[in-house]
Amino acid sequence: MADATRTVHARVEGLTRVYPARDGRPAVNALGPIDLDLYKGEFLSVVGPSGCGKSTLLELLAGLALPTSGTIEFEGIMVRGQVPEGVGVVFQEDSSFPWLTVWQNVAFGLENSGVDSAEIGRRVDFAVNFMGLSDFAKSYPAQLSGGMRQRVCIARTLVLRPRLILLDEPFAALDQQTRLLMGDELLRLWRETGATILLITHSLDEAAMLSDRVAAMSARPGRLLEIISTGWPADRTSRIVENAAFGAVTARLWTILRSESMKAIGHGETSAPA
Amino acid sequence: MTRYAWVRISIVAGAALILEILCRTGVVPRLIMIPPSEMMASAWQILASGEIKSDFYFSFVNIALAIGFSVVGGFITGLAIYSAPVLRATLEPFLTSYSAVPPIVFHPMLIVIFGLNRAPQVIIAVMFGLVPMAIHTISGLRRIRPVFLKVGRANRLSRAASIFQIQLPAAAPYIFVGVTLAVSYSVIGVISTEFILSASGIGHQISFAYDNYDNRTMYGLVLLLLATATLLNSSLRHYSQRMLQRWTR
Repeated sequence: MADATRTVHARVEGLTRVYPARDGRPAVNALGPIDLDLYKGEFLSVVGPSGCGKSTLLELLAGLALPTSGTIEFEGIMVRGQVPEGVGVVFQEDSSFPWLTVWQNVAFGLENSGVDSAEIGRRVDFAVNFMGLSDFAKSYPAQLSGGMRQRVCIARTLVLRPRLILLDEPFAALDQQTRLLMGDELLRLWRETGATILLITHSLDEAAMLSDRVAAMSARPGRLLEIISTGWPADRTSRIVENAAFGAVTARLWTILRSESMKAIGHGETSAPA
Repeated sequence: MTRYAWVRISIVAGAALILEILCRTGVVPRLIMIPPSEMMASAWQILASGEIKSDFYFSFVNIALAIGFSVVGGFITGLAIYSAPVLRATLEPFLTSYSAVPPIVFHPMLIVIFGLNRAPQVIIAVMFGLVPMAIHTISGLRRIRPVFLKVGRANRLSRAASIFQIQLPAAAPYIFVGVTLAVSYSVIGVISTEFILSASGIGHQISFAYDNYDNRTMYGLVLLLLATATLLNSSLRHYSQRMLQRWTR
């Protein structure tokens, strides 16, 4: 249901994605139809079983792929096959460039956007410092841990001052403790930049901890089953996991997703044990 | 220097010492081989006298031309084949089976066409060096991680900017392996053709010394050639390894 009191930042209507038949393999209906409003300044996570089309949804929203049908609007302008100005994307895989230092990696997008060098220096120094990478500014990604490399990728997006940040399971390869700490940093980034964030994750805990709203998707073809509002305050941290309501949110998500996850691994509908 | 580098140097020094003893004691006759110490003295004399400066220059220019054409030509060929799927499907089997072809067999035909000058030697050397360069360019471009290209698109890079700022740097370690091979094969191609039919060049001088039983000059030149090729190749290989280590984590 759309909330008339809030400003819609991005709108998805009737979005579908079908991968056509190829090399003797049948066509794959990967996504949709999906309708979703993303409100300005909110933190929304999307969860769902493996292969349900979460990453496809993000790529369509980012303009990195074309939908089969439906429309996407960002700030009232149609998105179609090109990443709009004001949208930043952080990918699941480590995408830091190994031939550039941390500083050069963070500056990469800015150097291609016509910003003057003094401003680049200021913004990159800020982003590097913000992500706690100041001591490693001259290091190469190969000299950093996985978590630090992902912070480089986030800083590279942050430096462009995006108004909408799309994150595709950015912490998937990290251990649980690092994920919690990275989650805190992401919340800090969200509060200080005021950007709208859409996070794709398969972790129900991560979605429940970080988000204002969590959208649960069905097994392929991914459709939105339900959107849950967490009701967390904006100044939350990873310590929200100690809150009794946190368990209720994750339990609700699991109730919605359990049968869908069973479908995704080929077990079909089964009733949960008592 | 690493421990392994010291071990390598020790092996070479040990082998030279054994050879020195075998030659000095007459186990290996002087007609077959001279002691390594004499080879070194001869190499130094050749360098100091400057008597074959023009041959060095001749070979150097041939090798430089062959490297230039192999690297540039191989890179362009690789890029063209990678960029055109039809060309790739058609030509790739030729490229991969090309290593079984000894380009030296074309030398007589090239002499007939171009005459007895540097052209046949450079062409043969390019035939040696161009294909490995093309194969490694294709391999490097094919190994670019798709997420790098997505970063380019997310940053709204133009096609040219994506090629120069992402694709070429990402493929660089593999392309550089191709450069290393192109350099090695160019040296082999030039020196071996100078051996067969040439009026100048290091290969020609080695062959001339051999024909005249002048072992001292022959081994001096062989040593100089070995030292130069080893130095060149190990420098390139060292740089190539460093790149690969950094890129492929």
